[in-house]
Amino acid sequence: MDILFLLIPLSVLLVFALMAAFLWALQGRQFEDLDREGTRILAGEGDLDGDQGSDGEVPRHSRSP
Amino acid sequence: MEVALPARSGMHPAKAVSAAPTYDDNAVRLFTLAAVLWGVVGMAVGVLIAAQLAWPQLNFSVPWLSYGRLRPLHTNAVIFAFGGCALMASSLYVVQRTSQVALFLPKLASFVFWGWQAVIVAAAITLPLGYTRAKEYAELEWPIAILIAVVWVAYAIVFFGTIGIRKVRHIYVANWFFGAFIIAVALLHIVNGAVIPVGWMKSYSVYAGVQDAMVQWWYGHNAVGFFLTAGFLGMMYYFIPKQAERPIYSYRLSIVHFWALIFTYMWAGPHHLHYTALPDWAQSVGMVFSLVLLAPSWGGMINGVMTLSGAWHKLRDDPILKFLIVSLSFYGMSTFEGPMMSIKTVNALSHYTDWTVGHVHAGALGWVGLISMGTLYFLVPRMFGQKKMYSVPAINLHFWISTLGIVLYIAAMWMAGVMQGLMWRDVNADGTLVYTFVESVKATFPFYVIRLAGGLLYLSGMLLMTWNVVMTALAGRKPAEDQAAPPALVGAAVA
Repeated sequence: MDILFLLIPLSVLLVFALMAAFLWALQGRQFEDLDREGTRILAGEGDLDGDQGSDGEVPRHSRSP
Repeated sequence: MEVALPARSGMHPAKAVSAAPTYDDNAVRLFTLAAVLWGVVGMAVGVLIAAQLAWPQLNFSVPWLSYGRLRPLHTNAVIFAFGGCALMASSLYVVQRTSQVALFLPKLASFVFWGWQAVIVAAAITLPLGYTRAKEYAELEWPIAILIAVVWVAYAIVFFGTIGIRKVRHIYVANWFFGAFIIAVALLHIVNGAVIPVGWMKSYSVYAGVQDAMVQWWYGHNAVGFFLTAGFLGMMYYFIPKQAERPIYSYRLSIVHFWALIFTYMWAGPHHLHYTALPDWAQSVGMVFSLVLLAPSWGGMINGVMTLSGAWHKLRDDPILKFLIVSLSFYGMSTFEGPMMSIKTVNALSHYTDWTVGHVHAGALGWVGLISMGTLYFLVPRMFGQKKMYSVPAINLHFWISTLGIVLYIAAMWMAGVMQGLMWRDVNADGTLVYTFVESVKATFPFYVIRLAGGLLYLSGMLLMTWNVVMTALAGRKPAEDQAAPPALVGAAVA
């Protein structure tokens, strides 16, 4: 199974690349304000100069059962 | 002039005047139409070969109509032509909206469209002629495979370039899924595509024997994971919130879903090679990773479905949401069934039977097909300056026809598969087989006919969609022709 000498290192490299991407996202503060980011796509993106995230006007989930 | 493009739906008339650049939806529009066209073609070929399995004389003794050549044409057409065009349309649409910026290098996006169509046409010609690398889902010979690589790199440049020039710092989760899909497919295609050409339409893999099988299923299952799962999850995370007009149930969970899925997917492939020459431990690794995948998959499914929490009535009223949400229930079903079938003892029964075919189609018709159709129904009116599809009742009818077709299809294949598995393993007291293989083929006949009926229903739903899309596009030609209209008027008409 010599092929595993190719596929396993390739997968390990891939995991390192993924970790680098994750750390980049983390340190680039991609996950800073997740509550707001989920609602942003619902607000005024039909136009390019639209606001980039008005809070509060978007319906939020009521988490009660 | 620019703002009069029919794609500019839902904008405020006041802002229409001030907005200088617009989104570039040319490629998106073409890809939505191509997805519908190739969907019809790919599913029609599927129906033909389903009929051939019930009645083999339907290959008419014509070599290029034989099952062995048309089956890869069917899989390539539905996965890479229908699914691929739907993914390219939606990713190029979503990346612009969520980045609040027009497409990076729109001319390159046009090249991606025409290049991808050239690949599809080349596949439609060479596969019936019998040119194949004989690798499942990677059949196309090396000149076409090189063209795929070139087009794919161009697609990656357009997509990541648009991310690079984004006006919003946060990269929306759908883009992470689309991005992972684009990078992973490139990597898989290149590693599995390593061949030595011996002629213009003939090549040999650089790997041999079980090594080749391992590479093939490392490719094959990750193609399922990144093409048919990650890409369509990108669709899910944008179009379900948009259509439901509610944020995703838990945005945090969607981030966890993404990282968990891509970190665990890469080693599920060996479950395709249970009880083969592949070392036992490698098979077990494949099984364990497949079982682990259940967790992120179901997390994502619940996240999508629960987006409607507190607004379930929308599911009753909106046929597009029906497509999107029911696709998730099929996603949940097939991501439960898949890990279960990867367990070696279950696999001993299911492997090489039609159960596998049923499992694949629960994912393909139910998840990939329905989420693509829902997305296309979302995109088409917006691409042609319409408020909604030409006929909304037709969307509803399409939903019910397809769902019925899927249920018939997968139920027939479940029964056929379990029956075949049981017949093949049945032994007499003296150790001889109770049934010959051909007896199991004969017993499968009625299920093949039911499966054909399911496929016919699914195809007729797609034809209904084609009519609806054509009528919507024709209705949308009016504002496009009338380019002299003041932007504010156009905006008001479609807002």
